[in-house]
Amino acid sequence: MEAASVAAPEGLRRTRGRGDRIGDTVLYVITACAAVIGVAVVFMIVWRIAEGAWPAIKVFNASFLWHNEWNPVVNKFGARDLIIGTIVTSFGAVLLAAPLSIAIGLFLSELAPPSVRGPIGTLIEMLAAVPSVVVGLWGIYVLAPFNAQHVQPFISKFLGWIPLFANGQDKIESTVFSAMIVLTIMIIPITSSICRELFVGVPTELEEGAIGLGATRWEMVRTVVLPSVRGGVVAAVILGLGRALGEAIAVTQVIGNFIPLKRSIFEPGDTLASRTANQYQGAVSNIQVSSLIYLALILLVITLITNLFAQLVVKRFDVHRAGRD
Amino acid sequence: MTTPDISLKASGRGRRRIVVNRIAELAALSAAIAAIAVLGILVWSVFSRGVHALNLDFFTKGPALFGQTGGGVAPALVGSLLLVGIATLMALPIGVLSAIYVSEFAPRRLGDQVRLWLDVLNGFPSIVIGIFVFALMVKTALPVVGWGHHQSALAGGFALAIIMLPLVARATMEVLALVPGELRDASYALGVSKWQTVLRVVLPTAFGGILTGTTLAIARAAGETAPLLFTCALAGQLTDWNPTHSVNSIPLTIFQYSEAPDENLHQQAWALAFVLIAFVLVTSLTARVLLERSRRKLGGPR
Repeated sequence: MEAASVAAPEGLRRTRGRGDRIGDTVLYVITACAAVIGVAVVFMIVWRIAEGAWPAIKVFNASFLWHNEWNPVVNKFGARDLIIGTIVTSFGAVLLAAPLSIAIGLFLSELAPPSVRGPIGTLIEMLAAVPSVVVGLWGIYVLAPFNAQHVQPFISKFLGWIPLFANGQDKIESTVFSAMIVLTIMIIPITSSICRELFVGVPTELEEGAIGLGATRWEMVRTVVLPSVRGGVVAAVILGLGRALGEAIAVTQVIGNFIPLKRSIFEPGDTLASRTANQYQGAVSNIQVSSLIYLALILLVITLITNLFAQLVVKRFDVHRAGRD
Repeated sequence: MTTPDISLKASGRGRRRIVVNRIAELAALSAAIAAIAVLGILVWSVFSRGVHALNLDFFTKGPALFGQTGGGVAPALVGSLLLVGIATLMALPIGVLSAIYVSEFAPRRLGDQVRLWLDVLNGFPSIVIGIFVFALMVKTALPVVGWGHHQSALAGGFALAIIMLPLVARATMEVLALVPGELRDASYALGVSKWQTVLRVVLPTAFGGILTGTTLAIARAAGETAPLLFTCALAGQLTDWNPTHSVNSIPLTIFQYSEAPDENLHQQAWALAFVLIAFVLVTSLTARVLLERSRRKLGGPR
């Protein structure tokens, strides 16, 4: 009896020898280091960018945010119109993309025959895989001329009395409007695929209940599907917003890179990311480089806030749903 | 008791509800059609404008001298290969190892934190990552670990690696989570230690998924322009394999040619865009199909 109970641990101890303990520790340490590196990169980025922007922060301090000048000759820099341009293009794009994405999500989750759901969903996600420089190239030579010739005059004809939509008849090719459309195209795949997953996750019993009570499909969507995933849809839209805020290349290709900003969206403009991208060859003085990094810092802070907020909403939404199930 | 006044005849309201429902369905359908149409138009314009400039010279020669037609983009192809190669070498081990940490070792809360910050990293604008690497390795007066303060393929590859890292890590985490717990339990029950279980049981099972996740990350990195603008943009016209030099790359060449005044260069920009889009779409489609298959294989038989 006693011999047996001693023998077993002896045998076990032999299989879990020193090699195994060392192996476990080594693998643990290596993987933990990798994880630390992954997280550290985030903080390195924030720290380095803040440090690089420091000279410009010292010179211009917070007035950088509301001064509007970009003059490398006299070394005066300010970001007001770039911030406004960023907000206008991104929010415009989100306003266009949100209803479309929700509609696409609904189509893929509730409406389309099951056999085409997969292929159509994949096609729409492929839109996200198109590199931004290609979207921008297409934007310059196909989308922007089309907008200038047809869309902008058309909108101006009816809404031209609003300053925001004036001057469409001028047929300008590089416009804030084209940048909005480009951004819309780029964020639709992101938001619509999240929306689809949300809608698919709505319990079937709820949907069947609504249908059973005599609701039409639209009434079922409006009264059951949408309310039960409202928070998730908001998060999806915010994630799309984050993407739109930070897009540099495609925007810089179509927006015309011009400040001061005009009143109308059918005129050239500029954004934080686009200005940064556009200056890659031209930065001469230290203070100009530092001002560019200051722009990147503003962008970083804005996207950090939007992303963390979206993550928070998603997480709360998940918890909420997990609690309910 | 009065009988409630219910009529079973179709009222105007019923018809209205049906019409509203129909309109909503049509709206959803047309939104989906619009998105696919945009993709179709985009791919078609790139194809129809780019296909003429594709020939052997295009792939094997350097750019033509100023004012001449013809010439090719060999330096950009080589440069992109080099950049993406460097990026993969950096991002793949860190990404996979950190994913192993999160799903095999870390307590749940810590794992959630790592996941959160990787998601945040994924949400950073790529231009900001470019500026970061510029501030870290290009602008700085102190040479960082041997390579000097100038633009280089190493700096560009490092920027692309930061883009790839969260993608690889998240993809790996997802696949590792799909590896059945029974497999691990069976391995432990045979007296196999944790590290051997991870390396010999868990990783091989998840290998296909990790591979496809990496492929998707490569497809994404190959098309990124913004991280290269400040880190690897000012390059010569020659094919260059030296990672400490600044090299040409496909997306940056498209970007520069698209704003050039020369019609010949526009043609080449379209052709290059076609090459890039073909590569990206084919690899992401294949990877997606394979991923779906391995997911089904892992998740299916329970």
